[in-house]
Amino acid sequence: MTEPPSPDEHLTAAELAAKYGLTVSGARPSLAEYVRRLWGRRHFIVAFSQAKLTAQYSQAKLGQLWQVATPLLNALVYYLIFGLILNAGRGMTKDVYIPFLVTGVFVFTFTQSSVMAGVRAISGNLGLVRALHFPRASLPVSFALQQLQQLLFSMIVLVAVACAFGSYPDLSWLLIVPVLVLQFLFNTGLALVVARLGAKTPDLAQLMPFVMRTWMYASGVMFSIPIMLQDKPAWIADVLQWNPAAIYMDLMRFALIDGYGSENLPPHVWAVAAGWAVLVAVGGFVYFWKAEERYGRG
Amino acid sequence: MAEARVPTVIADDLHIVYRVNGARTGKGSATAALSRIVKRGSGDAQRGVRKVHAVRGVSFVAYRGEAIGLIGSNGSGKSTLLRAIAGLLPAEQGRVYTDGQPSLLGVNAALMNDLTGERNVILGGLAMGMSREEIRERYQEIVDFSGINEKGDFITLPMRTYSSGMAARLRFSIAAAKDHDVLMIDEALATGDRSFQKRSEARIRELRKQAGTVFLVSHNNKSIRDTCNRVLWLERGELRMDGPTDEVLKEYEKFAGK
Repeated sequence: MTEPPSPDEHLTAAELAAKYGLTVSGARPSLAEYVRRLWGRRHFIVAFSQAKLTAQYSQAKLGQLWQVATPLLNALVYYLIFGLILNAGRGMTKDVYIPFLVTGVFVFTFTQSSVMAGVRAISGNLGLVRALHFPRASLPVSFALQQLQQLLFSMIVLVAVACAFGSYPDLSWLLIVPVLVLQFLFNTGLALVVARLGAKTPDLAQLMPFVMRTWMYASGVMFSIPIMLQDKPAWIADVLQWNPAAIYMDLMRFALIDGYGSENLPPHVWAVAAGWAVLVAVGGFVYFWKAEERYGRG
Repeated sequence: MAEARVPTVIADDLHIVYRVNGARTGKGSATAALSRIVKRGSGDAQRGVRKVHAVRGVSFVAYRGEAIGLIGSNGSGKSTLLRAIAGLLPAEQGRVYTDGQPSLLGVNAALMNDLTGERNVILGGLAMGMSREEIRERYQEIVDFSGINEKGDFITLPMRTYSSGMAARLRFSIAAAKDHDVLMIDEALATGDRSFQKRSEARIRELRKQAGTVFLVSHNNKSIRDTCNRVLWLERGELRMDGPTDEVLKEYEKFAGK
């Protein structure tokens, strides 16, 4: 190749890059810069989550009706098994137990599906990761947002169930909003953590259902922890009650159900709920960002 | 003249390695997977992780205003090299320095077959980093360019109902709607019918004028000759030749024709 002699000839690649202000392609941005870029992609995050939600039922004849029908059927199945057959509602009247169970199922499903979607957020979208530039955190955040919208559909069922069993809307229902915000923060953080783990080890997607099911049974989705464990050492019930899934479920029940008063809540419950949310959201975000430049390898 | 040459992309001894799980024996048996976990601590080879060394030590400097063709037989590492320049594949060794953010002309992965063409235009645009206003401005342009609505109102139907040609045209139209600094095109010219091909070639020339540097991967020597002034010839992941289009293509044709 006959190039004109260049004054840059004696420079190494790195010196040449520095001279003209070139940067390393695909390098990880600073945390502040990363947050800024993620904020810049907020429209994409929202559009992607809505698109996923719509695409889910687009082939079904009943279409978007399934958004509500699926949680309703879920609640029915759990009621059939735990309410009627196993009689897990010991210590509660029927008017309390049925909304108690349905709330538990929906609130836990919110966390569960956020984690399940999070594990596959990177490993299941490698095509997208390898084709386009965007802060990779957009994907897990978007999936968590999709689950939040799914939960809002479930809330329609939940409100109907609560009213059917004598808990009518009142001021305490306003507490639903902070509970949802905190739980969404917590779920997003968790989705970010498992997204990084799942990107490195896709096998986690196979393992996660078992972890989540264990967590579900340990969190008192279908029974009251203090009543079920009253003859066991107290610390077991304490640990179970302070786990974030149980905290958010109990707060939601407290907000919705008339017969479920504050005597069912552990002490400092709001502080614990906020603490879990902030700790996991911030920790998860930083943990995810640390591997930003490595997603999409292999 | 010499002072005017501003580099936009510098590749410095670039190596890209793909890792494929459980491909050593060709059978994904459970025992093989188990032994892979047991031998976790030992090297990749023992664990049955196969390495594919797709790009081996490529170095070059691309300057502003150049249109660079990438040629080579299938599997020679052309697309991998493009993705590495775009910063989408992490380098095993070596570095790529770029001016701004190079973009790959490819939006396919963000689109969803179950959504209407209309929603896919918006989703694809957002995925490429366009703002909602930009998309609104360009929306009609994108739909007209794709020619999807020539045979009726197809843009409001889900993409899974499109013929493969129609879907490919819509994808290209979305991808080409954005302006770029360093633009990379991976065999995008082969989609659609004759009249659409002409339109897309014109659009690529337009994009080239706006972009600082254009990379084009193609197996069509004619389209390389028409659009590029420099050619990189890759073979087995190594840079075999780098020079003006005519010289390299002559050698390449000699090599491929033998």
